[in-house]
Amino acid sequence: MTKFEDRLKEGEFVCSECQKCKKLVWPPNDYCSRCFGKVKWRPVSRTGKIIEFSKKDDTVFCIAEFENEIRVMGSLECTIMPVIDQELRLVKCSYNGNEEFVFQLK
Amino acid sequence: MRKVALTGSGLTKFTKEDISIDSLMLLAVKSLFESMPNLSQKDIDVVLTSTNDNTKYLSSIVSEISGIAPKISHSVESLCNSGANSAISAFSYIASGLADIALVVGAERFDSPGLVLEWDKSRGQYKHPIYWSSMFTKSHIRKYGTSKEDLAIVSAKNHKNALDNPYAYFEKTYSVDEIMNSKNLTDDVRLLDCSLPCSGSAAILLASEEAVKKLTDTPVWITGIGQKTLSAGFTKNAELASMESTIDAASMAYKMAKKEPSHIDVAEVHDAFSICEIIEVEDLGFIKKGKGNEFVRTLYETQDRRINPRGGLIGAGHPLGATGIAQIVEIGQQLQGKAGKRQMSQAEVGLVQNMSAAATSSSVLILQS
Repeated sequence: MTKFEDRLKEGEFVCSECQKCKKLVWPPNDYCSRCFGKVKWRPVSRTGKIIEFSKKDDTVFCIAEFENEIRVMGSLECTIMPVIDQELRLVKCSYNGNEEFVFQLK
Repeated sequence: MRKVALTGSGLTKFTKEDISIDSLMLLAVKSLFESMPNLSQKDIDVVLTSTNDNTKYLSSIVSEISGIAPKISHSVESLCNSGANSAISAFSYIASGLADIALVVGAERFDSPGLVLEWDKSRGQYKHPIYWSSMFTKSHIRKYGTSKEDLAIVSAKNHKNALDNPYAYFEKTYSVDEIMNSKNLTDDVRLLDCSLPCSGSAAILLASEEAVKKLTDTPVWITGIGQKTLSAGFTKNAELASMESTIDAASMAYKMAKKEPSHIDVAEVHDAFSICEIIEVEDLGFIKKGKGNEFVRTLYETQDRRINPRGGLIGAGHPLGATGIAQIVEIGQQLQGKAGKRQMSQAEVGLVQNMSAAATSSSVLILQS
């Protein structure tokens, strides 16, 4: 299991940031995709916005964007349909052989 | 760079049959040889296999069971555009002078491991292709007013075209209403808006200008190639109502062939889902951005087969590693005037667009009679 998955399992959403050039490497990896520098693992802001969404059965799923560049798909807990660019929060993340992200509207 | 032509092809029927990948490939190779009486195994100096199947040493296995001892043989895997990419590799071997005659064979089983990209953590728990296609669909609906009926029209058209393709998986038509009322997989994707994984194989024979003479009187020249990989992660697609990799690959292919979109008489485009065809006809330049919905509606209403005459992936089925090659087979037959009931009149220039993993990578080929 990678560091990313380890931390996700503990409920923490982390990303890899290059120690040399500060690039955020996403999807996460151990080395920077720009300068091949070593990365450090740091928490991602839990506040983001909705890029696009749809719904399967009763569950809304969406692409959320954090820190203006990290885009990830997850389910969205909401009672009304969201709008594009609406703010959301990451309320749960986990790893059980597969990544899982759950968001809520702010 | 030497000229390279498509000189022959072979196909299997697309089915749900439980058959090994090498057996599938052999059937397409057998069909190719049976249609090319002047071809001998000794003529072939490249054998490339295209699949997502995990069988090891496959190109050597297929070479052995086909009685071929090639100079160059290997597999090409790139999820759904494995087929076009293997043809591009074969083209390169011939164009560079390393080889003269290349056999390219692609196949997939219905239970392919290539349907889901586990690596892509940015997809979270939504790794199945219906989720990325929902995002593309919703975005196109929002930006350009594409309707569920427009989407259903793509599927109705391609199922109808597939009726005249004896190798297609589907053998029946669906009305626009039936498609719109098929099972909602998500709010934006219905079951009949999806292509179906299946078992099938397709083979093509490429040859240098010198070698062509012995093989066929009706070569089809590959005059343009473009390929672009933006990323592997789906969420790197900055614009969801477009396929940036397709725009880039098409631009390269048009430039190389010295052609414009208006020159294309017939095209096979990668309709993994209905929305894909609508976006692709825009991004390949056949119609203004945002008007793909009107374009496919006109094709349907006028029974114009110029896009996906064999039924595309939706009508013919989608055996991943075979798809790009089957698309090339169709355009080859169209340009040779051998497409039977599917024949577009006076087709001289054709295009193939094959893409993979939520349009993170696209391949475009332009062919000419």
